[in-house]
Amino acid sequence: MFYGYGILQGMWVTLKQFFASYFKKRGQDGALFTVEYPEQRLPEKERFRNFPFLIYDKEPENLRCVACDICAKECPPKCIYIVREFDKDGKPLKRPAIFDIDFTVCMNCGICEEACPFEAIYMDHEFEIASAERNDDLLYHKDDLLKSNAYFHKIRPNDATAVDAKLKEAEDKKKAAEAAAKAKAEAAAKAPPPPPPAAPGTTPPPQPPKPAV
Amino acid sequence: MNKGEISPKNEVQHDGQTLEINVGPQHPSTHGVFRMNMVLDGETVVSLKPVMGYLHRNHEQIAENMSYAASMPYTDRLDYFNSMSNNFGWSLAVEKLAAIEVPERAQYIRVIMAELTRIVNHVSVIGFLLNDLGAFFTPVLYAFREREKILDLFEEVSGARMMCNYFRFGGIKYDVPQSVLERIREIVDKFPKFLDEFETLLTKNEILCMRCQNVGVLPAELAVNASITGPMLRASGVNYDIRKVDKYSIYDRFNFKVPLGKKGDVYDRYYVRVLEIRESLKILDQALKEIKPGEIMNKKMVPFLKSPRNFKPPVGEAYGRVEAPKGELGFYVVSDGTPQPWRYHVRAPSFINLTILEDLCLGHKLADAIVILGSVDIVLGEVDH
Amino acid sequence: MESIFVNLKGAILGVLGKFMPEWTMPIHSIMISITAIAVLGPAIMMYLTLMERKVVGRMQNRIGPNRVGKWGLLQPLADGVKMLTKEDIVPKGADPVLHLLAPILIVAPALLLFAVLPFGKGMIAVDLNVGILYFLAVSSTTTIAIFMASWGSRNKYSILGGMRAVAQMISYEVPMVLSVVPVLLVVGSLSTRQIVEAQASGWFVLTPWGFFGAVFFFLCTVAECNRSPFDLPEAESEIVAGFHTEYSGMKFALFYMAEFMNCFSGAALTTTLYFGGWQGPGFLPSWIWFFLKTYSFIFVMMWFRGTLPRLRVDQLMGLAWKFLLPLTLVNILAAGLWYYLGGILKFFIPLVLMAGSFTILTWLNKPYVPEKREYQFAD
Repeated sequence: MFYGYGILQGMWVTLKQFFASYFKKRGQDGALFTVEYPEQRLPEKERFRNFPFLIYDKEPENLRCVACDICAKECPPKCIYIVREFDKDGKPLKRPAIFDIDFTVCMNCGICEEACPFEAIYMDHEFEIASAERNDDLLYHKDDLLKSNAYFHKIRPNDATAVDAKLKEAEDKKKAAEAAAKAKAEAAAKAPPPPPPAAPGTTPPPQPPKPAV
Repeated sequence: MNKGEISPKNEVQHDGQTLEINVGPQHPSTHGVFRMNMVLDGETVVSLKPVMGYLHRNHEQIAENMSYAASMPYTDRLDYFNSMSNNFGWSLAVEKLAAIEVPERAQYIRVIMAELTRIVNHVSVIGFLLNDLGAFFTPVLYAFREREKILDLFEEVSGARMMCNYFRFGGIKYDVPQSVLERIREIVDKFPKFLDEFETLLTKNEILCMRCQNVGVLPAELAVNASITGPMLRASGVNYDIRKVDKYSIYDRFNFKVPLGKKGDVYDRYYVRVLEIRESLKILDQALKEIKPGEIMNKKMVPFLKSPRNFKPPVGEAYGRVEAPKGELGFYVVSDGTPQPWRYHVRAPSFINLTILEDLCLGHKLADAIVILGSVDIVLGEVDH
Repeated sequence: MESIFVNLKGAILGVLGKFMPEWTMPIHSIMISITAIAVLGPAIMMYLTLMERKVVGRMQNRIGPNRVGKWGLLQPLADGVKMLTKEDIVPKGADPVLHLLAPILIVAPALLLFAVLPFGKGMIAVDLNVGILYFLAVSSTTTIAIFMASWGSRNKYSILGGMRAVAQMISYEVPMVLSVVPVLLVVGSLSTRQIVEAQASGWFVLTPWGFFGAVFFFLCTVAECNRSPFDLPEAESEIVAGFHTEYSGMKFALFYMAEFMNCFSGAALTTTLYFGGWQGPGFLPSWIWFFLKTYSFIFVMMWFRGTLPRLRVDQLMGLAWKFLLPLTLVNILAAGLWYYLGGILKFFIPLVLMAGSFTILTWLNKPYVPEKREYQFAD
């Protein structure tokens, strides 16, 4: 073909696209592909992960996190900061006093979600977190991170159902174990009392009760 | 200078006839924060020094201070266009180190994801190359239109569009639902049509031919000496594809060919990529036919998903490499039996392919230097890892 | 509708005539025309930016601006406000006088060009008898302004862009002038009005020499206004923004304005010279025909921009000197043959001549002709 034919062919392609953008319906070849964001949104994928959030059951005091610090240790960029809560007597409680996530550092990898043994931290779908101030506004504290289990069900129905089933199973097991332990303790109470403890200082620290399966 | 010899980095005398310019670090077409210290005589490049490191972020040192699994998301950030390939390389290295078997279905999914990544990368790179040539974004946006469809699938499968963090040692994180496999099939079936249209727009375009042919010729000897890999090497006519040489994962099961160029100029680099996309589609086609339901994680490795810090590979060393879209991506890892690797090294293909830049550009025009840089296909996240 | 603008001007003059002395009337007439053009130029430029963004966007499967006003129709105003409120930065080492003068000097000739464009029947600001010569002469002064901008900014990229601009514009002046010559030969006048009137029986583009002349002239026009694929002086991917790298705010907007007004006048002159100007079937007023044709040429320019990559400096020069220049010369000969021959030969011989020289030139310029490649497939 003559010189310039390739250019003309290329121009035909763009012209076709030009007209197709006016006459074709969305989804067809050559139709517009743009999603006009604030008004139109793409459907959310269930596995889509953004920044993490903390789950609570029913009311916010009842959060699942036990401040075990595993997520903070496993977090690759170390963006999680946890301080355990203590009661008046200085006894550690199974809940965090401070749970901060620095969203400027977080890289949305989802390892905290995987590592958490208590199903307490999950990746959120919320991505519109832009703020005018970059340090304080993007350092999320416990209250900002807390979201209900119902919300979790809303954004990730399949995962949430699976997690609930898992938790229920664990709880049933625990209850069964407790019942068994109780029965055992009752049986033990009927038996003669144990010998008095040895001198203070030599006692081994109390072991957590092993679940009797 | 003998053919195939790396040129000495000659110092240029400034006698008032030459013009020294800094292309980058802030420049529209350096693909990131990369700087080229160029000396021009008129518009002809007399000397060119690549200056790297503006994006250096201590990738290797960071990885040596954390558990093996925790550097998986960091490998996403190496070459952020194809995180799946990077994940693949890193998991291959660790699986070699700890002798972990990967279940069949996981292998297939890995190959499917890696080939989809290759398509994404090559299509976008061709678009960017045309941008460097001066086309006003049209090829890029056509490429991105197709890329978007694939990224949507990545998001559905792994949860993220670019930073997938999808592979795990001994398998993959999530299973791929059947509906997604069907959509991949749909993309694979439709892609040749798009490629044909794309090629009509570009391949025979006289301006593109004029700008690309006989520009930045890389002789095969020089390419081998400088340890160039990937489409750049194959465009020079060297038959070296790690998928064929190493037969890692299950690549020996697929029937595909390695396209080779003859001259090794920008046009060959462009067209070899187009042909590689077509070969990738063949692999995808076969993989989608053969994939069967089954396990996606090695049973032995499942507990380590919950506690990555407990994963302690035996003492030893391993080098895992994949044919990433940009070339040979290798991870060298030495274990001392602790949860952290004792040594972790990345053989980043863009970085090594970039070292040859001056030899390609000397004697060409300023505009050609930009095009050659585009055809090398760099991602600064990987160059300055 | 046909002479709405002419009548409007007449009406205004009539009102002015009531309380102004008789001898000021020609001045008023000129002032009205100048005002019309001075308003028309920027207005055209503003909406061309929108059109370009829309057209290129649609070619790229995008929508283009659609946020400000219905279909983004107020986008140019928003852009204008943004440009006006931006900080005006003058580099420390720059020559402030040249830096300031360049954008003004580039807009002035672009506006001056509008004076000789026949927008419709009787709608021409000044019917110069050397209209075409005036057009070519004034449009070539853009080069100086561009070089002033590049030199005054004291930036290496600007210098490269300026050098490219000078080389390119001077080179493309030559084939541009030569491609106009056949029209002048046939019409026998340099006046734009007479050229349009000479095409009443048939547009020149329908003749063999007219067709090639139109293509060459249009290509040269595109090169003259630094549009893609000849946009080397402002090649974004190579030299950042070329000669206007160091400009911001309204000064930058003036460069942009000059570029788009040049586009418009280039397209308008192509229409005038080869496509019958305001001639057209009577159901639409003449000025609508003129704008329709002109805008379709501007669409082609945008279409180029949406499709083609950029040429390299040496290839650009090669195209002008080795390809367009000989072909335009042959085209003059073809026009002469067309004028003196009769019957079927009138079309046949010039076509064969042009096609033959096109082939020969393609063959001679072999380095610029793409080679066929074959690829191996290894196992």
